[in-house]
Amino acid sequence: MSVDDKTVHRIARLARIAVPEEEISSLGTELNAILGFIEQLSEVNTDDILPMTAVVETEIKRREDAVTDGGYVKDITANAPASDDDYFAVPKVVE
Amino acid sequence: MSASKLTDLSLAEARDGLRQKDFTSEELTQAHISAMEAGRKLNAVILETPEKALDMARASDAKLSNEEGGALEGLPIGVKDLFCTKGVRTTACSKILGDFTPPYESTVTQNLWDAGAVHLGKLNNDEFAMGSSNETSCFGPVNNPWRNKAKETNLVPGGSSGGSSASVAAHIGVAATATDTGGSIRQPAAFTGTVGLKPTYGRCSRWGIVAFASSLDQAGPITRTVRDSAIMLGAMAGHDAKDTTSIDTPVPDYEAALGANLNGKKVGIPKEYRIDGMSDEIEELWQQGIDWLKDAGAEIVDVSLPHTKYALPAYYIIAPAEASSNLARYDGVRYGTRLEGDNLLEMYEKTRGAGFGAEVRRRIMIGTYVLSAGYYDAYYLKALKVRRLISEDFKQAFEKCDVLLTPATPSSAFAIGENLDDPLAMYMNDVFTVTVNLAGLPGISVPAGLDAQGLPLGLQLIGQPFGEEALLGMAEKIEQAAGFDARPDVWWE
Repeated sequence: MSVDDKTVHRIARLARIAVPEEEISSLGTELNAILGFIEQLSEVNTDDILPMTAVVETEIKRREDAVTDGGYVKDITANAPASDDDYFAVPKVVE
Repeated sequence: MSASKLTDLSLAEARDGLRQKDFTSEELTQAHISAMEAGRKLNAVILETPEKALDMARASDAKLSNEEGGALEGLPIGVKDLFCTKGVRTTACSKILGDFTPPYESTVTQNLWDAGAVHLGKLNNDEFAMGSSNETSCFGPVNNPWRNKAKETNLVPGGSSGGSSASVAAHIGVAATATDTGGSIRQPAAFTGTVGLKPTYGRCSRWGIVAFASSLDQAGPITRTVRDSAIMLGAMAGHDAKDTTSIDTPVPDYEAALGANLNGKKVGIPKEYRIDGMSDEIEELWQQGIDWLKDAGAEIVDVSLPHTKYALPAYYIIAPAEASSNLARYDGVRYGTRLEGDNLLEMYEKTRGAGFGAEVRRRIMIGTYVLSAGYYDAYYLKALKVRRLISEDFKQAFEKCDVLLTPATPSSAFAIGENLDDPLAMYMNDVFTVTVNLAGLPGISVPAGLDAQGLPLGLQLIGQPFGEEALLGMAEKIEQAAGFDARPDVWWE
């Protein structure tokens, strides 16, 4: 499996990363080298093996469904590149 | 005591000196601030906080004078820039975070301040901890205090915790915090002649640490001695309700685990770690380690971890997949830098295109690809299954032994720029360490000797889940046998 320029464009769009046109082809080469490396996993027989999502087997903890935090809007918006009246400000989304 | 003598002290020695009132925390801290300022050529510290440090030191002195204070009272340490520190800029060494100043403190650093530690400054690392050389940082590379005998080129300090390893090796801080996702504590420790401990997954809270790959990330200390590592871990570890993956099990007195008797202990030697092209020096170092532990009373057993060669490929699916998801939050809306666009999508794309460096972009794109429709099963799900096989390998090996002994890295520190254009060559640095993260186990890198170029080499011990005490006890035996007391020539002042 190898990625072509069209696929690099598609991945970049999915990842929401603008990639300059002149870097598309070299980026494709880099991605193919990495994909070629991870391809070796196909040698491994994983029939009947369950995927591993947690390394330490523990029971999922439960807690009371209650508000325990909050009430500091100013702290939350303090680092925003643009905010207005305790809201984050972004370019117009709905015409 | 003179300033240079104060920076010579290990964490444990400095702690004892403070308790005996041989010197004050203010004197100790000032000596380290001077070392930090004199060491700027190393580029290990990206934000110095000397005033904060002196305030904290004076508060510690007040406690110490009343025979009060915590386990780390008055001890100056550095903090990897991946840990959010309240009111102190935190960037993960990425342009995309700009001048982000957290309104909260990570649990691990809060634990350290609660124990009395003094905050010297924020330490350089690879951007979002993605790298093995500290060269992907937006603040530029860190220089390893160690140089080879020719002394013509500067070497990398390892990564991603390169500022942590370099600052501890250069005696800028008595210890440093670090994080390890695929080897980012142990590999830099091995490259700088320091001790790096990656605890069991869940031993330390991840809350407030900038996330890279959440199922693999774990915080731990870099120190100059095994005893210091034990003391630091004791202060960093513990259950935290804010991190559901942190484990609710008591934190033992790790320092009490030192001086252990190894009689009857079994040390496993995994044959698959004898990789193709392994240098004679690494081979000899490993054999030396085996002999040392045998002399200390341990029994050596051969074990097999058959899926070892698949660990790196599985890691380079799982870690980028998790990273692509974790790093989706950097969109120029709530924090960090923003590049304007005509619409929301363009703003996201421009912000992320300009804000992420080349390696981070590469990994986000790999992660996006392996999680995308049509490839999820072939790549991501497959990697999660291989991860289980790797974990099962360890479980079976641990039926025959208590700990495993391996080399920490395939080589000593390399030159800045040497592997930068070849991602796969860079990834090979983690060949001995990455398995440990996939299985969630604790691992420690201990300095064991110098190579022909006069550069440090490390041995790695791998333990069972929550087996940090056994690991530290055995690491101390390697430390004693190796008698590693070499220090880099000071060229950076």
